[in-house]
Amino acid sequence: MEAASVQAGTPTGRRSRGISERRLAAYMVSPSVILIALVAAYPIGYAIWLSLHEYSVRVAGLSRWAGPLGLRNYSNIFSDTEFWQAVRTTFIFTAASVTFEVIIGMAMALAMHSAFRGQGLLRTVVLVPWAVLTVVTARMWQTIFDPTLGIVNSILGTDTVWLGQSPEALIVMIIADVWKTAPFMALLLLAGLQVIPGEIYEAAKVDGATTWQRFRKITLPLLMPALLVALIFRTLDALRIFDLPFVLTKGAHGTNTLSLEAYQTFTANNIIGKGAALAVVTFIIVMAVSFIYIRFVGGNIRGLAEE
Amino acid sequence: MATTTTAEETTTARPKPPRKQKVATPKPPWWLWVAVAGIVVFCLAPFYWLINISLKTGPDLSGADIVPPNPTLNNYDSIFKNDDFVHALGNSAIVSLTTTALALVVGSFCAYALARLKFPLKFFLLGLVLSITTFPPIAIATPVFKLWTDIGLFNTLPGLIIPYLTFALPLAIYILVSFFKEIPKDLEEAALVDGATRFQAFRKVVIPLAAPGLATAGILTFISAWNEFLFAVTLTSTPKARTVPAAIAFFTGSTEFEEPLGTIAAASVVISIPLIFLVLFFQKRIVAGLTAGAVKG
Repeated sequence: MEAASVQAGTPTGRRSRGISERRLAAYMVSPSVILIALVAAYPIGYAIWLSLHEYSVRVAGLSRWAGPLGLRNYSNIFSDTEFWQAVRTTFIFTAASVTFEVIIGMAMALAMHSAFRGQGLLRTVVLVPWAVLTVVTARMWQTIFDPTLGIVNSILGTDTVWLGQSPEALIVMIIADVWKTAPFMALLLLAGLQVIPGEIYEAAKVDGATTWQRFRKITLPLLMPALLVALIFRTLDALRIFDLPFVLTKGAHGTNTLSLEAYQTFTANNIIGKGAALAVVTFIIVMAVSFIYIRFVGGNIRGLAEE
Repeated sequence: MATTTTAEETTTARPKPPRKQKVATPKPPWWLWVAVAGIVVFCLAPFYWLINISLKTGPDLSGADIVPPNPTLNNYDSIFKNDDFVHALGNSAIVSLTTTALALVVGSFCAYALARLKFPLKFFLLGLVLSITTFPPIAIATPVFKLWTDIGLFNTLPGLIIPYLTFALPLAIYILVSFFKEIPKDLEEAALVDGATRFQAFRKVVIPLAAPGLATAGILTFISAWNEFLFAVTLTSTPKARTVPAAIAFFTGSTEFEEPLGTIAAASVVISIPLIFLVLFFQKRIVAGLTAGAVKG
């Protein structure tokens, strides 16, 4: 970094006219900082404030400090079976969908990497699920698993009401998510595969390593950083899932996730304080995972921040 | 870290591996064809089913035929006669384009400063931008819902655009920083030597050179705004301000309890078309943007 900044600093630093570099940076950064503070930081702070108060939309303007230490909303949540149900659903959904996405995404990436013709075309095909809106994805799987006009029942010869019973509804939700995001995983892993120099494989081949050995000892370790980033990205996304259960089941039959539970609490039931507390709990869970993520890609930020 | 450089390295390394493999394996193994066919079916078959349903009406909709027995465009006809849907298309276009434009303009200044200028707290700012991309939108929607109902922005388009910036702006900044870093410094320095100010160098030299990066950031921001659902349903209550994803989620038939699957399928196909075109034309750009620091679009 030292060398780089010295090298860059000599011609630019002295010759720049007008305002100083620091001040220019302040001018250029401040619109974004102000906007971020307004649209992200302020609402989070307000959510915490709301979560410590009892507030009802039904009686306009009625707001008071909630319970012991203002924590009644939180104690209400933690004694609520629906909350724990939502936590359970969210974590099962996250674990299952991310696991399948890694496996399928990895298989797709390896195949795409070996396919030497039509790579561009394959990449376009793979981007289709990524580009299809989540709401459309949900509607699509709804038609596929529809009891009468869906293809699944017609192939299996059953008349299961997939989205109307308990484990099945969550399974459909996981399938829909895997379909939509495994290709995204594949693209991230493919980018990781493409930076592994081919010479390593040739050397291993000469040494008599089998395909599996080459995958285990070369591909996997070298792909690890890309895999970790993709994994954490998907985990964060899956923990926030909202649109799939909203459209598929409205949260019925064991598909109510944390985000959806919070939404229902503050819109349908008009309990703002408790809804805000649920939102804050979701925020804390996601940020805890995201903290791990930032630690992993911390090097990435540092790289971007360097001259 | 290997991933930090994927964006730059893939662009330079991409042409290499295929050439090498051609020498190493002249004939593709049979399993590769199976795998490629598997990928294509996995990605496209479900969407085919949606198109299939969208071409069926009446009694055909109670059977699971793989090909519509009496294909008809009636469903497409009826969604374009549905005022709520047409209005939602307009709302989505306004909200997504405005969000993208704002994020690009404001974000490019910030990204340039982050990529090129020296100032304190730079690392902190990048960390902040990155952590905001991971915020669960529900944590923002709840207080904003309360705030908007108090000040009258609930169920309006500006009431959507403002919270949309929470994800659009960090996304644009993050992608743009990595693109600005790739622009060679020499050109900018030459402009400075010629007497341009730093800001002029940014406007006249960097921005034109960063056009591909701006396009990538624009496409990804637009797609994520077009796709946004949580704010769209929590901060609106009537078709007046509803965007397409919300409209499709609330689509009901002639009676409240009947879900008109044929019409919903047609509407879903229609709103996917612009995105599929974006993917067809900008595949390379989108992949580069997605892998630049592995930003989710």
